[in-house]
Formats: sequence, C-alpha cells, structure tokens
Amino acid sequence: METLLTADEARLVEGLRAGSEDAFAELMRLHGAAMLRVAQMYVSSRAVAEEVVQEAWVGVLKGIGRFEGRSSLKTWLFRIVTNTAKTRGVRESRSVPFSSLGGDDGGMVDADRFLGPDEGFAGHWAVPPESWAGAPESRLLGRETLEVIEREIVRLPPQQAAVLTMRDVEGFSSEEVCNVLELSETNQRVLLHRARSRVRRALEEYMA
Amino acid sequence: MKLFRELTCQEIVELVTSYLEDGLSPGDRERFEEHLVFCDGCGTYLEQMRQTIQVTGRLRETELPPALQERLLDAFRSWKPA
Repeated sequence: METLLTADEARLVEGLRAGSEDAFAELMRLHGAAMLRVAQMYVSSRAVAEEVVQEAWVGVLKGIGRFEGRSSLKTWLFRIVTNTAKTRGVRESRSVPFSSLGGDDGGMVDADRFLGPDEGFAGHWAVPPESWAGAPESRLLGRETLEVIEREIVRLPPQQAAVLTMRDVEGFSSEEVCNVLELSETNQRVLLHRARSRVRRALEEYMA
Repeated sequence: MKLFRELTCQEIVELVTSYLEDGLSPGDRERFEEHLVFCDGCGTYLEQMRQTIQVTGRLRETELPPALQERLLDAFRSWKPA
C-alpha cells in the first residue's frame, strides 16, 4: 500500500505494533511535549490536558494496528490528541463549535489607530506602532515576555490558540496544521492571522 | 483584474500574515512592498509581527514532565499488541 510515512515513521509504526517500548519512548520524546501543549489549548487546566494526552496515547495504541499511513504518523497523532481534547473541552463547555473561526470579525488593530474617512489619508496610521528597538533588548527576550504571550494565548478561542501553537511554537508547516485540524488553507491562515495579531497587540501593550 | 491603487495601512495590517505566508498574488505583493517603502509605521508593524513569531517560538519545550512520562510508560506496558 502507498503510504505517506517517512522511513523513520514506518519504522516507529512497526515498532509500536510489535510492542517495542523503545519505539514508544522515541515517539513520546519526539511529539509528547507538543501534544501536551496543543491539548492545553482546548481544556481548562494542565491536569486535564495531561489526562487528554494519556487518553490520546491509549487511542494511538488501540488504533496503531489499523493505521494505514494515509496521513503522516505525526498528523495522525495530533489528530487523535486534538479530537480527544476537543471532546473533553466541549464537556467542560470551554470550546466553541469546531467550525467557528472564533469571532473577532473586526480589524486586528483598533480602528481608532487609523485616520477616519473624513480626514486626509483615510486608513493610514493616526497612532503608528512604536518600534521595540528602543526598549532594552532584555525586555523582549525576558521571561516575563513569555508569560505575557502565554496569557494571551489562553484567552484566544481554542481553534486559534491551537493553530498558533502548532505553527509558531511547535514549528508545524501550514499543510500539517490543515491536515491535523482538517482546515482549508484559507481558514488556517485566518485563524493564524487573528491569533498572531492579538499576541502582537499584547506585546505592544507590554512593551509600551 | 484589480484596479491598481495604493493600499492603506489599515489594509496592510490585515494582509501581513498572507504576506509572510507567501499567500499574496504577485500584484498584491508588489503593492504591499511598495507601501512599505514609504511607510515607517507599517515597516514597524511588519517587524513586530516577525518579532512576535520569533518570541512565541521560545515557548517551545522539548520534555514531558517526568511524572507524566512514567504514567504513559505504565499505560504502554499494560497494553499488549493484539
């Protein structure tokens, strides 16, 4: 059968099927931390996210015998963890419907930062952003900045938070995210745009 | 065919992700880059989006908490391939 697995992934699938603890440990090392972080985007606490990850791995072990490699192993793993987390998030009534792009239909920068239609240069900056180059370098790279970002990510609608986490924290390609979350390229980009724009805004407030 | 006109800053901030994702048509990409040539505000905005992406990447952790690793290994050991 034709599969989308890399040679490494095919080896890990074979290992898991044969009950190899080494294969399991390697997969956990490769993807475990990212699975936990992505799960956290859909549920209310770290503890629940850990339960989700555990439940997802059990699902992986149950399903590995039937896994046909129609997606990459990575895509399949993250589909299982996101679906498990979404189900759990709905039970906790944290998640909005999966199809939703997550509100925020207005602009990603407050309209009053731009010149209005009655002024010359309508739509151009009235209050342009101030470069962060003026701040001490340690400020943007400090521990506190990471906390600002984490707090903002938690406030995002779950689907936006998940897209941002996979793309910008875990380094997935847009294609991988589309496959995991079964999103069109356009919707993936809309979610990413909203999420990144809000994180930038939070950083702007912090850096001011 | 879109009519050629200059983009506003308000439009630039909504196109910035498509620009960074290489998702703009060649014409839109050209208009986007032309705007940046004379607009410091949008240049700063684009730079801040790049900085945002870069700093967000620093949240990445590579290790699962050891207690969770143990629980997962236990779950694995109690599972027998069919």
